[in-house]
Amino acid sequence: MAPAAVIIVITLLYPLGYMVYGSFRDWDPSQTIGETDWVGLRNYVVLYGDPAFRESLWVTLKFAFWVVTIEMLLGVGLALLLDRKLRGMSVLRTLFILPMMIAPVVVGLMWRYMYHPTVGTINRWLKEVGFSGVDWLGQNALLSVIIADVWQWTPFIFILALAALQSLPSSAIEAARMDGATNWQTIWHIKLPLMMPVLIVTCLLRLIDAFKVLEVILVLTEGGPGLSTEILALRISRTATEFRELGTAAAMSGYLMLLLMTLTAAMFIYTKLVERRAQRLARLVAETE
Amino acid sequence: MHAQDRQHPAFYAVLVALVFMSVGPICLMFINSFKLDVDILSGTSGLLFMPTLQNYETALCDVLPYEPEHLDYCALKIGGSFVNSLIISIVSTALTLVIGCMAAYALVRFQFMGRDVASVTTLAVRMLPPAVLLVPVFGLWNNEFCIDKNSFVGELIRDTFGGRGDVCLAGTHSGIILVYIAMNLPFVIWILQSFIVQVPRQLEEAARMDGAGPFQVFFLVVLPLIRPGLAAAAIFAFRIAWNEYLLASALSDRDTKTVPILIVNNMSEFNIEWGVIMATGMLLAIPPIIFTLLASRQIITGMTAGAVKG
Repeated sequence: MAPAAVIIVITLLYPLGYMVYGSFRDWDPSQTIGETDWVGLRNYVVLYGDPAFRESLWVTLKFAFWVVTIEMLLGVGLALLLDRKLRGMSVLRTLFILPMMIAPVVVGLMWRYMYHPTVGTINRWLKEVGFSGVDWLGQNALLSVIIADVWQWTPFIFILALAALQSLPSSAIEAARMDGATNWQTIWHIKLPLMMPVLIVTCLLRLIDAFKVLEVILVLTEGGPGLSTEILALRISRTATEFRELGTAAAMSGYLMLLLMTLTAAMFIYTKLVERRAQRLARLVAETE
Repeated sequence: MHAQDRQHPAFYAVLVALVFMSVGPICLMFINSFKLDVDILSGTSGLLFMPTLQNYETALCDVLPYEPEHLDYCALKIGGSFVNSLIISIVSTALTLVIGCMAAYALVRFQFMGRDVASVTTLAVRMLPPAVLLVPVFGLWNNEFCIDKNSFVGELIRDTFGGRGDVCLAGTHSGIILVYIAMNLPFVIWILQSFIVQVPRQLEEAARMDGAGPFQVFFLVVLPLIRPGLAAAAIFAFRIAWNEYLLASALSDRDTKTVPILIVNNMSEFNIEWGVIMATGMLLAIPPIIFTLLASRQIITGMTAGAVKG
């Protein structure tokens, strides 16, 4: 444990404290932090009034919301659809986890090629079917970025939902069938509530990861056009490395951390509530046997 | 039974469409990496073209056009970004595993002060976006964690390795490796914990009765039993280190940059050489694809251990 603790403290916890400290300073990367001026909450206040920062906060929230919603619906839907005894299921799952293992940078470049207005595969196919091409990386940039993320991460939810489905007590489902429940009713009243605890943890993991996304967007749109896809992570890295305003970037990170902690705490409390309900349901199922 | 039989054609159509959608883009990139840019851009035929290895050659070789004897000679980019990527991801994965499995074992089996705090911290740290880590690590590695060039240790290092200014972590392999270990440790500990819990205590006690010391118990009894967990953890740690871009780009210099940086640098140029970029991307994608095909079961177990038992 000791080596792990030392490394985590040196490379995670100490830097975090250092970041918070730096966010109160006028921090230029060429100086050591001791030489910089203390500015109190100025960085935070300036950011709060900055429309560009608010815009990127808004883009981040929009991106995270749509990505998680679409992926949860698709992933769980697929799992419910494919939850049958099927030959070649393991091959299928292997094919589905391939997108997750590929570097985000490569995913970005793959989709950048496919979205290309004239050369790109998607527009070429659209034209062949008789539609006019879509301006993917222009007006629809945010949508394009969301599609790319959905392609990469829906399988994650699919696999976890499938694992949850297959570990459900079969007695509960059979009992529901005996009572004459339709497929739809079984899914809605038995399967989904029992899966809920796993689904919520999955949702939480995806939500956290949605705030980490950066490379795909960087390669696909470079944040543009305008600020339409400049998520917070991208803005932080720009501010730090291109504009070299470490204090401002640190304050942005502070806001991002605050946002993440609030969301996680809310989800965590909700998880506890749902878990209790699922346990009650499981107990009911066990008693009816 | 009958109703289900009738569903089958549509069901299989959905299945085929899904596989096509998830693997299609990868196949497209694979095919395009063997095309010349002319073929990619003309776009008249998807499959009718002369396959060429030229893109891979450009991606992998240093061509020195001004020296005639080098014209047809492929000097592998030794010390180039592929080698950097390999060194950084292999070393960081190995170290993460060694440290992580010991930490996980300690967290599961031993009672000590601050155990719960450590357990919660590992979970909380998973939340941290690399972008948040970027600012402080950038500052620390460039300025604060430096050894003064005039101090004894600093002089010793500079005499051995060369260099002019203070000795800093930025721009070195170890600087990047250290960050990746820290990023991966919490996740690895988390996965391994759920595997170690399943190792029966009696087995360890029996080994101890036979006179095995604590290290022997750990290495000869526990480790072989959690091999699938180690495989899963190794693949996840390798995947992150091999694919990561942001921190690598901020912390590396010309000599230590990794393949993702190479790709992004080529992307933002005005005239994109699609063929070469796709070949580079393919080379970057191959190790994770091979791992996935070889160990998909372990990967899925690792993923479910993360969520279902979390």
